Amino acid sequence: MRRPGERWAVSAATLLVIVAAVSAILIAGGYDTSRALTALWNGAFGSPYAVLSATLVRATPLLFVGLAVGLAFRAGVLNIGAEGQLLAGATTAAAVGLFLGGFPRPLALPVVLIAGAAAGSAWAGVAAWLKQQFGVLEVISTLMLNFVAAYMVSWAVRGPLQEPTHVYPQTVELADAVRLPALFAGHRLHLGFLLGLALAVALWWFLMHTAAGFRVRAVGAGASAARSAGGINAARTATLVFVASGALAGLGGASEVTGVTFSLYEGISPGYGYSAIAVALLARLHPLAIVATALLFGALESGASAMQRDANVPSVIATVIEALVVLGVLALDHARASRES
Amino acid sequence: MADTFGDFLQASVRTATPLALAAYGELVVERAGIINLGLEGAIIAGAFGALVGAGAGGIGAGFAVAMIAGCAATAVVALVVLWLRADAIIAGTAVTMLALGLTGTLYRSLYGAQGAALSVPTLSPQALPLLADVPWLGRALFVQPVITYALYGLAAALWWWMTRTHAGLALRAVGERPVAAFAAGISPVRVQALALLFGGAMGGLAGGVLVLAQVGTFAEGMSSGRGFIAIAIVVLGRWSPLGVAAAALLFGVASQLQYVFQSLGWSVPYQLFLALPYVLTLLALAGTQRRAEAPAALGKPLDDDTR
Repeated sequence: MRRPGERWAVSAATLLVIVAAVSAILIAGGYDTSRALTALWNGAFGSPYAVLSATLVRATPLLFVGLAVGLAFRAGVLNIGAEGQLLAGATTAAAVGLFLGGFPRPLALPVVLIAGAAAGSAWAGVAAWLKQQFGVLEVISTLMLNFVAAYMVSWAVRGPLQEPTHVYPQTVELADAVRLPALFAGHRLHLGFLLGLALAVALWWFLMHTAAGFRVRAVGAGASAARSAGGINAARTATLVFVASGALAGLGGASEVTGVTFSLYEGISPGYGYSAIAVALLARLHPLAIVATALLFGALESGASAMQRDANVPSVIATVIEALVVLGVLALDHARASRES
Repeated sequence: MADTFGDFLQASVRTATPLALAAYGELVVERAGIINLGLEGAIIAGAFGALVGAGAGGIGAGFAVAMIAGCAATAVVALVVLWLRADAIIAGTAVTMLALGLTGTLYRSLYGAQGAALSVPTLSPQALPLLADVPWLGRALFVQPVITYALYGLAAALWWWMTRTHAGLALRAVGERPVAAFAAGISPVRVQALALLFGGAMGGLAGGVLVLAQVGTFAEGMSSGRGFIAIAIVVLGRWSPLGVAAAALLFGVASQLQYVFQSLGWSVPYQLFLALPYVLTLLALAGTQRRAEAPAALGKPLDDDTR
């Protein structure tokens, strides 16, 4: 176990490397670096609007999928299907939400959210079942299921769920009864963010302070040792974690549909499920740290949009930074491992 | 009607060509025991490299730079996985994100937002005499860009290399039992590194085909998941050179069906056909694992005693 002080030092160093890398790319691209970085900062934190309608809104889905990937990786389940599970959750939440729009909110909204979570866990459940029953590598199966989910959304918004005029490939807007309420009047931040925070704390408590959480960590640390020394049913634990991970991602999709977009359309996720890997890894799979990294990446992505608007810097630069973060974490891990051995 | 069908088959082979190129690279990588999720990154790097290379020195240079760019992308995967001993899945995902982000950033920086107007010369289809006149299949298989013919030769050469040479045997040994391969004097790290570089070059070539034989320009994210499709193709093709060819063709056919339905005026939900190959891949996976067709050490990191 690493000391907390060292963890903070590593995170600070990573942050520094990110800033240096961004500056290097900006200088190499011949951009006005100070103007770009100012735009980045202002877009992320510069105003109440930036924080409450951009950064935190963007961080919310990253928090859900980050927790999903973090939980799965903890148990050694390489779930790279958070994207598909999120889409399954979003689609189901939209379908159920369209159906329940006429019911009172305290009744309808929880049902919609639970339906989204259930769909996400079912989507992950397919991969979990294939793994347990046939030994199919979850990396490949979850990847395939991501594509199937994307085509499913594409079909749903042009078929059964399309708005009645059949002009736009999207659903009609959800009724107020199935929308997550905004936290601040005039801002986009919604209750889903608080739900994500609560789940992060709950997940931390579960992993660190319960017997079942200990079993999850033991399986992740080494399935065969957990089996032989701890008498843990490793396969069953991994399957349950897989399904729970899918539920978190599915809930993230439901939260986007009911809290931000209010309708379903293709491209509802700009790759949240893949960014989630960076979010979870930078946080070292720690649920509370995932809150921090989700906020960081939410700020980064909102700031990057502002940077494109104000300083003409392509916003895809955010993807470059996320990738560098992951590679940086891998390199740091190597440095630490070789120092210890 | 016959014309429509001929067009359909020809278009299917055209769509399948970059998929098959990338899949043959991935086949070699997976036979060495690694799943390379950085392949998508190699393809987009190759596509961007093709644009830059062809702009500077014509089509030949375009293909050369495409392969180098693809190689560079998977060299990062090799470095991180084999030297830093990191997880291949995470490293591959990171490299794909890096390549998608970097090519997008560079493209906009170098060519501006109006870059779409930028175009490069493309390879046009060359009919092979006699063969092109074979009914039904002639036009589909033998009225294609030269690169497709190169693919046929390469597929045959790869089959021969993998099944009939010592080097091919060494590759498969590393993917099955790295410890045994190591004991026999083979360096699993070296084999996996070379396999990854080859896979990257093939991915880069696939990206080059997109730009230099099909679209004629670069677009952000134009690899659009072909690297992941190639991984599916290798699985569906059950890790054999012949199977990969058939699976690539199936994916090509599935993606062209939507246009056939459109031209026939059928309102079939085409997304179902696009999703079908992935579902087939999942079914194939469930069916193959018990018969142990997958390399036994696929996706497992190398032990310390094989280094």
